Amino acid sequence: MSSETQDLNAVRARRRLPRINPIWFVLAALIVAIIVYNPNFVQPVGYMNFLKRAAPLAILAAGQIYVIVSGGFDLSVGSTITLTVIGSSMLLNNNPDATWWVILLMYAMGLAIGLTNGLVVSILKVPSLIATLGMMITLSGLALMWSGGAPRGYLPESFRYFGRANITDLPLINILPISLIVLAVVVCLLWWLMHRTNYGRLVHAVGDNPRAAVLAGVPLMRVRVSAFVISSLTAVTAGILLGGFAGVSTDVGRGFELQAITAAVLGGAQLLGGRGSVSATIAGALTLTAIFTLLNFVGLPQPVREVVQGLILISAVAYAMYRRRHAVH
Amino acid sequence: MSDAMLATRRSRIRFETIAPAVILLGAVAIYIGVVIASGQARYLSLENLVGVFNRSIALAITAIGQTFVILVASIDLSVAALISASAVLASVVMGGEPAMIVPAIAAVLVLGAIVGLANGLVVTKLEVNPLIATLGMALIIQGCLSAFVSNFAGSVPKDFQFFAYGIAFGLPVSLIFIGLLALLSWFVLRFTRFGANIYSVGGNREAARFAGIKTARVVIAAHVISSLCAATAGLYLASRLGSGAPWIGRDGMYDLESIAVVVIGGTVLAGGRGGIWGTIAGVLIFALIDSLFNIVGVDAFAKQVLRGVIIIAAVGFYAVRSQRMAA
Repeated sequence: MSSETQDLNAVRARRRLPRINPIWFVLAALIVAIIVYNPNFVQPVGYMNFLKRAAPLAILAAGQIYVIVSGGFDLSVGSTITLTVIGSSMLLNNNPDATWWVILLMYAMGLAIGLTNGLVVSILKVPSLIATLGMMITLSGLALMWSGGAPRGYLPESFRYFGRANITDLPLINILPISLIVLAVVVCLLWWLMHRTNYGRLVHAVGDNPRAAVLAGVPLMRVRVSAFVISSLTAVTAGILLGGFAGVSTDVGRGFELQAITAAVLGGAQLLGGRGSVSATIAGALTLTAIFTLLNFVGLPQPVREVVQGLILISAVAYAMYRRRHAVH
Repeated sequence: MSDAMLATRRSRIRFETIAPAVILLGAVAIYIGVVIASGQARYLSLENLVGVFNRSIALAITAIGQTFVILVASIDLSVAALISASAVLASVVMGGEPAMIVPAIAAVLVLGAIVGLANGLVVTKLEVNPLIATLGMALIIQGCLSAFVSNFAGSVPKDFQFFAYGIAFGLPVSLIFIGLLALLSWFVLRFTRFGANIYSVGGNREAARFAGIKTARVVIAAHVISSLCAATAGLYLASRLGSGAPWIGRDGMYDLESIAVVVIGGTVLAGGRGGIWGTIAGVLIFALIDSLFNIVGVDAFAKQVLRGVIIIAAVGFYAVRSQRMAA
């Protein structure tokens, strides 16, 4: 073998190495650690409950990645979740017959929130961070107004079905949470849209270089606005699951916006646009949930989770920047 | 350089320096109109107007620091968490003892300097996006804080409340402090080499580097200034409330409001253009809006909704003219 082909092979090997996203190894290591701490995790009940707990964040992160790849941030998703839960409990008023139209109405609300975010960013040219932070305080104010400060009523079983119920007595896996089916459907849809359609390519193009995208004839505004709409719709979905899983309170959604961004960053998404993958983001969301689960096992108090999350967020971005600076061109 | 170019340049500068004054005049006019229309002329006394601004002292201190960071084209979202941490640290260290006032102030300022240094280093050396770096820092500070305290902790001695409630030369001490802080910042930005460096780094970081400016140091210094201001705002709130609680920064929404105030004051988010007096005008505008809400009697939650809308509208008012492709 000549040295030339050896060099070529070395370059090839180096090029191939980053293709497997490192987040999958991190996730695998964390799952092994969880199993060491809690051998019951290998039972279907163990890992199914883990996935059930991770489902809202995973769905939310899969929507957030659209906004991130298109070059923005969506910080309004946490309060969209809260507003969905509060709004559903107020509108349902313990009447299970209303479930379907309330869910429909919540999605309409999500559509309106996403449209507003997108239009404020594209037409008023407000940086998305400020626009969605403003939306965040507006929506949490609305949720507080609507509920009068303290949530009243609770959600009927028909609504909580999605976040709470399991299909039992299945062969092999025994139980299957409904939320996991929702997660699978949403993720497949969003993965297909991002990585197998023309629209997904446009989202990448807009985030990578908006000016070039416009010159190439990409309808910038439509792509941007639709990314925000997708993010808001996933927030409503996550809200419906969380309402079933955790019940009604005025701070169900608090902190979820940063968790979703952290998940996306862990999955290797490039902030300010141009690169990101739905599947790696799901891995990021599962990783974050696994870290929280581990911290729980170790017995660290709740606030420590925030500290750890902050450190992860900063170091993940720092690592990505380091890799980009030392990348093989 | 052609005349046309000069003209467009001059008109752009004019818009951003004049707009805050115009909005401020508008806000004052609306305020006077509402007060007269609702027959509550007592709100027009000088004493009352001083009171209006006096409620926004913490915002003003934070916003002055935020101006420096935004001028270098960075941003600081960790101020709210730092304000809470500083207020709690101050009141815990003081513990009601007048003798502990100086050590407490020193401790708070050291905390501010460390946070600012960390922010600046992460932004410049690790090249982390400043939004994410400071949001992560906010999580870390808030987490550490919540691990130790969950409610009002410690107390400040009566002597220390002089900062918030004292009167000197017929004016509130806090108002005099803001005046001096604004003058000092204006002097630094306008007449020192450091101030000139801030504008050039914010205007074009690469060009500044080629001109021999140590850009990283300027950005780090701006972050340290911002964090020191936020720590001072925490001291003020501890003095005003008599004690610190881990949620006062978050409830005051000082992160978003300080950014909004700076932008309303005509400082460009992309950096390099703006100044302190615009920020002060922005604080006055927010203070007037706030007291208008109180006069009209808007309920607390509706106030929060309106605030969010006003912030978006205000930033949009400036941003809509830019040719930049926002993201």
